[in-house]
Amino acid sequence: MATHFTIEGLKAEIEGKEILKGINLEMKGGEIHAIMGPNGTGKSTLASALMGHPKYEVTEGSVTLNGEDVLDMAVDERARAGLFLAMQYPSEITGVTNSDFLRSAINARREEGQEISLIRFIRQLETKMKELDMNPEFAHRYLNEGFSGGEKKRNEILQMMMIEPNIVVLDEIDSGLDIDALKIVASGVNAMRSEDRGFLIITHYQRLLNYVKPDFVHVMMQGRIVKSGGPELAERLEAEGYDWVKEELGIEDETVGQEA
Amino acid sequence: MTTQTILPVNAEGLSQLSKQRQEPTWLTENRLKALELAASLKLPVLEKMRIERWDIQNYGSSKESGSIASLTEVPASIQELVKDQESGSLIIQRNSGVVYTKLAAELSEQGVIFTDLQTAVKEHEELVKTYLHTAVKADEHSVAALHAALWNGGIFLYVPKNVEVKVPLQAVLLTDDEEATFAPHILIIADTNSTVTYVDNYVSGDSSKAVTHNGAVEIFAKSGAKVRYATIHQMGTNVTDLSYRRAIIDNDASMEWIVGEMNSGDTMSDTHTILKGNGSTSDSKIIAVGSGSQKLNYTTRANHFGKSSESQMITRAVMREEAQAIINGITKIEHGATKSDGQQTEKVLMLSPKARGDANPILLIDEDDVKAGHAASVGQVNQEQIYYLMSRGISREVAESLIIYGFLAPVVSQIPLEGLQKQLQAVIEGKLGQ
Repeated sequence: MATHFTIEGLKAEIEGKEILKGINLEMKGGEIHAIMGPNGTGKSTLASALMGHPKYEVTEGSVTLNGEDVLDMAVDERARAGLFLAMQYPSEITGVTNSDFLRSAINARREEGQEISLIRFIRQLETKMKELDMNPEFAHRYLNEGFSGGEKKRNEILQMMMIEPNIVVLDEIDSGLDIDALKIVASGVNAMRSEDRGFLIITHYQRLLNYVKPDFVHVMMQGRIVKSGGPELAERLEAEGYDWVKEELGIEDETVGQEA
Repeated sequence: MTTQTILPVNAEGLSQLSKQRQEPTWLTENRLKALELAASLKLPVLEKMRIERWDIQNYGSSKESGSIASLTEVPASIQELVKDQESGSLIIQRNSGVVYTKLAAELSEQGVIFTDLQTAVKEHEELVKTYLHTAVKADEHSVAALHAALWNGGIFLYVPKNVEVKVPLQAVLLTDDEEATFAPHILIIADTNSTVTYVDNYVSGDSSKAVTHNGAVEIFAKSGAKVRYATIHQMGTNVTDLSYRRAIIDNDASMEWIVGEMNSGDTMSDTHTILKGNGSTSDSKIIAVGSGSQKLNYTTRANHFGKSSESQMITRAVMREEAQAIINGITKIEHGATKSDGQQTEKVLMLSPKARGDANPILLIDEDDVKAGHAASVGQVNQEQIYYLMSRGISREVAESLIIYGFLAPVVSQIPLEGLQKQLQAVIEGKLGQ
């Protein structure tokens, strides 16, 4: 079945403070959507709420993936249903090696007795790491421990490549990357483009979008998508900033849930 | 509340027992003196825990167990531990006495002595007499005194000068008769420039009746000797484990402790290196898992006398259910122990709101020209980490166990014996019920 991801009227709050004020978005397999916007407008909250971070409480709305109710699922079920979030700040976990973690993640999608063979796993892992220009040693390092910002981001992309999800949300994957690393990450994303996979790229810079061409661009402010368009919208935002959008829509403070 | 120690045996009975075993007079006298001390001394004072309230009076009486001619005859509870050990050096103590002793021929030819302590008292009397109870002394408190009065079976290991023993010597200490006194004493002497690894396992049978294990380990590493002592305690809920382990090490000697605290009953352990010699080094790794309503008190100590001596102590403990652990690390650097370096880390991971862990790092420094450091942390499983792992499709249960093993892994993975590492891993899995 073709991948179909729908967000309708999604509202979410953290510690009683409403951050998402009704998000609507529809994505199909093969599409790349970009969500842009200044800091503090709710972009990362959207990513976390979709994945089911325990700190965020969804108060209204629905999210469905291929007709299935995502919000009803636990975090791990969402992941197994095909949702993937490349996090802005991935956790560091001492004592769990990158490769043990990845193998657990892959095997979590397989029936007991059908686990991936070690040889096949290693071969896959080595190939993907090479594509991302990662030091093979990282497979045996503890998960994200002592990784630089750029290494962590690459590691997120590695996980995406190994897990092969249907809906990929990239939360600020470009922050903290130099231009070379950015190109590598972008080529990793491009290599994963396919008819049955949709991408939601959250960023406040245009620069990643120079390498990964989005089909749709959405601007987020005050916890809502306030403007949508094609790739030309991203280019205009890069050239002119966000002020014209605010002016057009009569928005003075674009942030949401911030203390004055 | 009285803290008077109820003596499990009277002087007459003890004296008779000693004669029955044909022990030399000095030993009989030692035991009797210790028994007197036991009556007058107080219980040890544990940090933040009252040992007075523990069930520690269950000594039973000395009972002989039939000896074992072949490893095929061992009780089921230890079969797995002694599998494929026919040719290796192995001693098995069951309840009050040693039932199996084997020393590899090539070691015996090199002059290594590996026998039960009861036998060593007779066959290597001078050696035993010189060292016995000189590290863990009978007059410290009533537990040590009772041990000195009652000890039975036991292990004696002597490695001659310059002898390097490559294969670990092993012992299994089993309590499966709750009526029998279980008080093994381990005495290890590594002579100048020798090297040895000794590994033992403390195991109990199925009984649910209360047993007290009152054990002591004394290790003497002479100049340049390297001793590695690994022990896994995996006794049942019915056993209260009181274990004092102490090493005295000379110039340039090194001591390595690897301790797996995997009991299911209340446990007090004290693992202590006295760095007497210049340039001596000590390293201790304690890995502990607590469950049920266990009360646990683990102490590691390093006491520096020698110049340029170095100690490293690491304790990692996982507490689940209602287990309570007090974890103490005490680094003491004496005046004159210049250029010494003492480091310690205690970390506790709590898996349930009712579990309790308390880490107390203590540095006592009487010398200026030293380095010392400590780190301690006590915490719950990090929910951000659980979320991260789950976001990749891993179930909560698997995520938690990855984090728990991950917490212990940096220490477990440093255990230099592969077999022991695997065994410990298996015991940890059993203890965590996963």
